[in-house]
Amino acid sequence: MKEIEIAGVTVQVNEEGYMTDPSQWNADIAKEFAAQAGIELTDKHLEVLKFLREKHTEGKTLTIRAIGKSGIVDIKGFYALFPGGPLKVSSKIAGIPKPVSCV
Amino acid sequence: MKIIILGGGTAGTIMANKLRKALDREEWDITVIDKNKTHYYQPGFLFIPFGIYNKHDVIKPKGDFFPAGVKVLYENVDKIACDKNQVLLENGQVMAYDYLIIATGTQVFPEETPGMKEKLWHKSIFDFYTIELSFALQKFFKSWEGGKLVMAITELPYKCPVAPIEFVCLAEEYFAKKGMRDKVDITYVTPLPGAFTKPVATKMLSDLMHEKNINIVPDFYIERIDNERKVLVSYDEQEVPFDALTVVPVNMGNPMIERSGIGDDLNFVPTNKHTLQSEAFENVFVLGDAANLPTSKAGSVAHFASEILFENIMNHIEGRPMTARFDGHANCYIETGYGKGALIDFNYDTEPLPGTFPLPGIGPFGLLKNTKMNHYGKIIFRWMYWHILLRGKEMPIEADMNMAGKNSAYLEK
Ligand SMILES: Cc1cc2nc3c(=O)[nH]c(=O)nc-3n(C[C@H](O)[C@H](O)[C@H](O)COP(=O)(O)OP(=O)(O)OC[C@H]3O[C@@H](n4cnc5c(N)ncnc54)[C@H](O)[C@@H]3O)c2cc1C
Repeated sequence: MKEIEIAGVTVQVNEEGYMTDPSQWNADIAKEFAAQAGIELTDKHLEVLKFLREKHTEGKTLTIRAIGKSGIVDIKGFYALFPGGPLKVSSKIAGIPKPVSCV
Repeated sequence: MKIIILGGGTAGTIMANKLRKALDREEWDITVIDKNKTHYYQPGFLFIPFGIYNKHDVIKPKGDFFPAGVKVLYENVDKIACDKNQVLLENGQVMAYDYLIIATGTQVFPEETPGMKEKLWHKSIFDFYTIELSFALQKFFKSWEGGKLVMAITELPYKCPVAPIEFVCLAEEYFAKKGMRDKVDITYVTPLPGAFTKPVATKMLSDLMHEKNINIVPDFYIERIDNERKVLVSYDEQEVPFDALTVVPVNMGNPMIERSGIGDDLNFVPTNKHTLQSEAFENVFVLGDAANLPTSKAGSVAHFASEILFENIMNHIEGRPMTARFDGHANCYIETGYGKGALIDFNYDTEPLPGTFPLPGIGPFGLLKNTKMNHYGKIIFRWMYWHILLRGKEMPIEADMNMAGKNSAYLEK
């Protein structure tokens, strides 16, 4: 665990740069994490981030499939919004822990 | 009082044996309901494509494993009405319960992936999660002349997460021994970022696969299969071409779970990961692959969890708090080819680590090591499965994972 300076505030992150305390998150932090990933946030992005944060608070396991069924974006759209590993990238921007695969 | 166990596979059979032994026969009625009369030793399916196991190795009548005093119904369950404490059978029969144990496992659904169950299905696309396709693959391999062999995982979670790794290792040996390894290009395609989920095991397993000249394509999430061009297409438009494709289709709980309205988006039942009680109903418990637990879907997990579930059901029946806590313990032998194997042992909190098992420093099994002894472990597992595990007897391994013998120094690295 370490601390980083982002969007003018200090937040805790793990070794891979994921925030460890989602309550420290705000929209400016999201913007800056997104910029680091080469993404400019649109309303669609923000809707996905909100969904991720809600599910995380409810203690739900997040999967790409579940996001595809969220009614916000389909899976293809999710890949288009967050290229590469969409779940990993979006979780980081949403200020929630890296999703775990439970195998 | 009535206990109904839905599903008489690995988990349901173990529980029937444990509970019948403990509960008074006059007072407690135990019924197992399963649609199928045959018990399959599913870990054996892996060996069928290579002609190592045949039918008699993996099939026995379910009835041989239920104890006297347990009622068995071979019927399809249509629905559970948890609010009424009733199970509805497809034949119209309604059965009431005081306690329900859901052990209906997970199944494969190739139709969930566009292009999987189309014209190449059974011809150049196979799986080894069902007995029919395992035999179809055996037949196919016998006369295959080589080309691109691709092993692809479609969705997480899937049962026995190491099985596809074992499959490519065994395929490598099979084609090498047939003298045609140079004609077969083997590729492993996974939605995970590497060969396995957790870092230490991923490193060991990907090194092993590299040594065997097996390619790994990570982070590949399959959208569809193009039958005309014989390529896998991912959601971000990457492609992997194949001549022969073996898949792990999407794994989901039985559709009955969906009809009952008690599952998540993959029809697994939300379950308390420590007590094994369902999240929604106090008198409903879930064991084995049917639960949404964050650990492997494996027979060894069902076995370890059964000891905890047994304790907690007894606690609940006798009015005590449910103090037994499942730690997610999984223990999997990984067949790596040429008479060798690896072994991983882990739980919710501790990733698979190198070391020896079960005795510190002695073993005889080596954790995350490729040894002959581990291969014997896998072979012996089949005997233990039929004779000890299913019958709910004590196995020589404890339910809780043990750190003794594990090298935790790897964690700090
Ligand atoms: C290829 C392969 C290799 C594997 N290798 C290993 C290994 O090496 N080690 C290991 O530990 N595990 C391994 N496993 C996993 C292991 O077999 C399963 O995790 C285990 O069998 C799960 O037990 P279960 O009781 O939850 O489900 P199952 O044993 O699948 O039983 C579910 C039962 O429910 C019944 N059922 C479902 N729905 C209904 C319904 N609506 N009405 C009536 N009956 C119903 C089914 O007929 C079935 O009998 C492997 C699996 C496969 C496929």
